[in-house]
This record gives sequence, structure tokens and C-alpha cells, in this order.
Amino acid sequence: MKKKYFFLILCFFNIGFFSVFAQEKDFGHISGNFQTDAQYYIEDSKIGAAAVDEQFLINSYANFVYSLGKFSAGFRFEGYMNSLLGYPNMGGINNGVGIPYRWAAFNNENLEITVGNFYEQFGNGLILRAYEEKMLGVDNAFDGLRVKLNPYKGIYLKGLVGKQRYYWDDGDGIVRGFDGEIQINDLITSFSESDFRISLGGSFVSKYQKEENPVYNLPNNVGAGAGRLDLSYKGFNIVSEYAYKINDPSADNKYIYKPGQALLINTSYSKKGLGIILGTKWVDNMSFRSDRNASLTDLNINLLPEISKNHTYSLAAFYPYASQTNGEWGAKAEVMYRFARNTFLGGKYGTTVSVNYSRIHDIKRTSVNDTTPLWASGTMGYESSFFSIGKELYFQDINVEISKKWSPKLYTIVSYVNIFYNYNILRGASGYEDIKAHIGIIDATYKFTDNIALRGELQAMFTKQDEGDWGLLLLELSIPSWFFVVMDNWNYGNPDTDNRPHYLTAGFGFVKGGNRIQLTYGKQRAGVMCVGGVCRTVPASNGFALSISSTF
Amino acid sequence: MKKIIALTLLVFSFVIIYGQEVPQVQIKDINGKNVNTKSIVENNGKPVLVCFFATWCKPCIVELTAYNDLYPDWEEETGVKIIAISTDNARSTNRVAPFVNSRGWEFDVYLDANGDFKRAMNVVNEPHTFLIDGNGKVVWQHTSYLAGDEKKVYEMIKKTAEGKPLK
Repeated sequence: MKKKYFFLILCFFNIGFFSVFAQEKDFGHISGNFQTDAQYYIEDSKIGAAAVDEQFLINSYANFVYSLGKFSAGFRFEGYMNSLLGYPNMGGINNGVGIPYRWAAFNNENLEITVGNFYEQFGNGLILRAYEEKMLGVDNAFDGLRVKLNPYKGIYLKGLVGKQRYYWDDGDGIVRGFDGEIQINDLITSFSESDFRISLGGSFVSKYQKEENPVYNLPNNVGAGAGRLDLSYKGFNIVSEYAYKINDPSADNKYIYKPGQALLINTSYSKKGLGIILGTKWVDNMSFRSDRNASLTDLNINLLPEISKNHTYSLAAFYPYASQTNGEWGAKAEVMYRFARNTFLGGKYGTTVSVNYSRIHDIKRTSVNDTTPLWASGTMGYESSFFSIGKELYFQDINVEISKKWSPKLYTIVSYVNIFYNYNILRGASGYEDIKAHIGIIDATYKFTDNIALRGELQAMFTKQDEGDWGLLLLELSIPSWFFVVMDNWNYGNPDTDNRPHYLTAGFGFVKGGNRIQLTYGKQRAGVMCVGGVCRTVPASNGFALSISSTF
Repeated sequence: MKKIIALTLLVFSFVIIYGQEVPQVQIKDINGKNVNTKSIVENNGKPVLVCFFATWCKPCIVELTAYNDLYPDWEEETGVKIIAISTDNARSTNRVAPFVNSRGWEFDVYLDANGDFKRAMNVVNEPHTFLIDGNGKVVWQHTSYLAGDEKKVYEMIKKTAEGKPLK
């Protein structure tokens, strides 16, 4: 491995060297970023924070990108010494230092060739999405070759072949994909000025993984196809995609032979001051990984986007939803409205209100025959009709948010969130009660001067299930380039009256240009963190946390 | 490991660093039309402010609301163009147009659903703002948003428009 890095750096060095001497004017440019998150752990049995052997854990990343005209190349250093607690690690597999991401690309306006590592998304990602989410430790980058071509105006083609990242190695399977998109308005000149826009797309993805199962006869190659149609007319917008996957027995679907399907339709209308969204999604057996035995966040080829709102306030995000790849039906609706300035409800500065609703169910399944139970391995598993909706409720979210500027000094956001959370399904557990929670949030910012502000967050969650009621108070003072935060997260309503801890934290940070540094000390509750379709469990912890990021 | 560090430093010493040009990446406009990032930062020799945001990112919204309130004055005085790049993924890409329109934001908004442009610009977290000069070079950047940051941003825009050094 060491030799590999050495060679890589040498290549970089040579490019730089070459450009300095071979060309008179343009020497190219290096840019990049740096990020490090470190934590010093203190054992705290009261909140269930375990002792950490290393005491101090640190995750670091640094990207370097060299570009010169149509050529660019880059690599990412990553170091986990050792991996932060709760980060995907599979018993230590992630610990270490290395360069798991390196690439070179040639980009002429109509042709782009990338070799090495790259990320990609076809359409809405129903059959292919490689992406990174450092917060969660998700990185399913391809390692291979990609060509993007724009052969004629309005026609966009992409082809790729590659293996996917699995911690410090590549996964077992080979993924091959093709995507084509036609933007009618650009293709047909007489349509170019039309308000009515049409875009058509189609993609095909196949994975190859050698079949070595002693029990079942599994396919070596699994193909999936998707078609999409996007329409827009003035403020109206429709995005739709349908995907189909042939039988793909895997650990996720208990090795059943049923093909998979997914449908996604999102519509919206908006004009100045008003936005309306309606959407639906239906998924049946659409887990798609480049290793049929992989689990958790590993080696996903696709990503099925959630339909529910992405909450960022701590207590509203306490019970977060994640897409159920084995099957789900969902619908959502949202209205955003801005009461204009100088109206009764708008006040002097206007008021923005948004109401959001989402509901997600299981799909309806019936037995293949009288003798085969549902999900029996080695069978078709079950039967389902297209767009069927099952009885079991997985998740529901009704929320209202009102943002209002009262004066040049005072700005508030008030929210109410009502959540139904099917604990057993969403946490892969059994024997837990479904959670019904009400959450109220007041977020107020008061500006003492142009650049000195105090922000306060008061959050409360009321629920009879799980750990009961929670409260949260946060105060954040910001002055030019600096901010100071104190927060108390209190489980005051835990049914176990001896176990009602305060999770107190305090910290400060400094920001200048593209650089940011933050140091906090305190306790963090155990929880589930979800970003972009996947979740991970974060254990309780106590101690110092330092985070530094820089873009250069 | 030492070798790697030494060589990385060497790379830096040999490659002369100056204002980065905006990389060429294909993203979509709010109606789904493919656009090249090089073309959207053109503004007839006037500065361009590129703001990375997401609809779920509260500080981003506060920042862009502040810019939007000041945009008419900034535009009149310096000719600056503001563009906002949404990094919302497929979960909320379709939420961007209604979100932006309902708030009445005046800037052009683009969709970077898989973070390709974000990655090319080495953004770690939203909000992150870049100032591009009339020659298409990145001359200044800023991460996070703290109250009153718009003053500093405008100071930089003004200097850039007047061709003055930023430091």
C-alpha cells in the first residue's frame, strides 16, 4: 500500500513540476480542503458512555485537486486513528491511514473522461447513486472508468464501469451502468423558447458478482433499468421515475427471487410567495448492492430518497425516518406561503409559513401459495400488486413552521412537529411500542448590534413511549468571527425516575474565510443520526470534541 | 508517512498558486435544464457571489435572506450577480423551487443534487460562499454564517468590483 501512495504523490509532484517548466504562463492550480474531528472520551456510566481504550479518537480527511486547463486530478487522504465511536467500523476494519480516493479527469466541454474514483447519480438515484456523507461514514464511490458525452445539443450520455469502495478496499462486485437524457427543448430548436419543458431519461445498471452459494442457484449478473420523465410549465413541475430490477436474492431480502420495482413522482407548483408540493413513492424489494451479502451502509448501488421532511432541530430529528428498501408506500404534501409585507399577518417584514405532511406505510404482500410463508428464502417470497398499500403504518409527520422577522433586531422561528414512529420496523427491533411524539420549538435570534447576536432555542418533546419527555435549551452568542454555545438536553420525563440525566455541553468556535474551528465539552445523548437515506446509531459520549475544517 | 508529507509539501512549493478558476461541472437549473458551471459565473466582467446552501440548513436560509434583502442595492452599486447552489439531494431537490419562490428570492438558483460542484469547489459544509472576480477567478471565500457577515461580504464585493486588492 505504501508504495502505491508514494507513486501517486510522485505523479502529482511530476504534474506540478512539468507544468512549471513546460508552460510559460499557466502553471495550473491546486485547491483542496481539510477536515478533522477529534474526541477525547470520558467514561460516564450514568448516561451509558463506555470507556474508550484509546481515550482519544480522531477522523481526518484532506482533499487535493490539481487542475490545469482541461485536465484535473486529485486524491483524498483519510486517517482514522482510531475511528470515532459509532462510525461504521466493523470491528476495527476502518481504522488506519491511507489514500482510498484518487482520480484523474479530462474535461472538454462535450466529453469528460474520469479514471480512478468518482461519484455518480442516474436520475433520482433509484438504480444508481454513488455519494459520500462524511457525517455518517457513507462512501460508496466507484473505482473504475466513466465517460460523459454530450454528442449533440440536448443529448447527454454517461457510461461507467467500476467496483465500489468498501472501507479501504473495493467490494466484490463489478457495476456497469449507462444513462441517457434528452432535453427536448435544447434538441428541437423551435421548442427552445417554449415555457413547456420536457426531459426524458433512461438508465441501465448491471452488477456482476460470482455466484458461490452452496444452497441457492443465484444470478451472477443482476440488471436494473429505469425510465424518467420530467415536465415543467411556468411554475408547474413534475419529476417522475420508474425502476425495475430482475431477481436479486440478497441478505437484505432474505434471498428471495422476486424482482424489484420502484416509482417516484414529485410535483410542485410555485409562484412568488407560494409553493405547493405533492409527492408519492412506492418501493418493492429494491435493495441493490454490489455485494449480495453486504449490510448496513456498505456497497449500496442505489439510494431510494425519503419522502418525509429532513428535520434539523435536535428533538424533531430524535425519531428520524429512513427509506425501507424492502417495501414502502409514501405520500407527502407541503404548502409554503409568505404573507406579504405590510399586511395583517405579514407585519412590516413579511411572515413565512410552511405546513408539511408525510405518511409512509408498508406495501401489501400476499403468499405465493398456501404452503409457502411470506419471505421464505429460496422462493419468490411474496406477491404484491403494483402500488399496493399495506395496513402497517411506518411513519407519519405533520409539522408547521412559522418564520417571522419582528424588527431589524428580532427574528423567530416557531415549529410544531407531530411524529408517529414505528420503532420495531425503523430500528430493526421487536417488542417496542410505536412512538407518538409532539414536539414544540421556539428559535429566536436577537441582534444587539449589526454583528453581535444572541440566539436561543427552546425545544420540548412530549411522548409517553420510549424515554418519555425531553427538553432542550440552547444559547448561542455570536460576535464577529467567534461564537459561543451552551446547551442542556434534559430527559426530564424518563419513566425511570432515577434516570433523568442532563446532557450539558458548552463550546466555542472561530471562523475566518474558509476556515472553521470548534471546541466543545460535554455530554451527548445516544441517538440515531440520518442523512440522505441512511442512518447510524450514535452512542452516548462524554468529553471534549474538536472539529476543524478548511477550504483552500 | 513522512515521505508523503514531504512530497505533498514539495508539490505546493513547485506549483504556483493563484486564484482558482471555477471548475467545469454539469449541474441543473431550477427547471431541470443542464448547465455548465463555467457559464453561470459569467457576468460581463462584474463580480459573482456563489452561495452553497440547502433547504434544510437553517443558517443558510438566514444568510440568503440577508443577501436577498440587500441584493438590489448591491447590484446597483457593484453590478454583482448572486447565484445560489442547492446541495439538496433527491430527497428534497424538488423542494428547492417552491422553497425559493415562496420566499421571493431574486437570485438564480441551481441544483447540485449529488454534490459534484460542491466537491469540485472543496466545500466541507453549507453555508459556504465564494466571491468570483470579473475574470472568473475565485478571489475570496467564507464558510458558516454569523450575524452581520453580509457587511464583510459586501466590503469584499465592492473592492473586487473596483479592482482593489482584498487585503
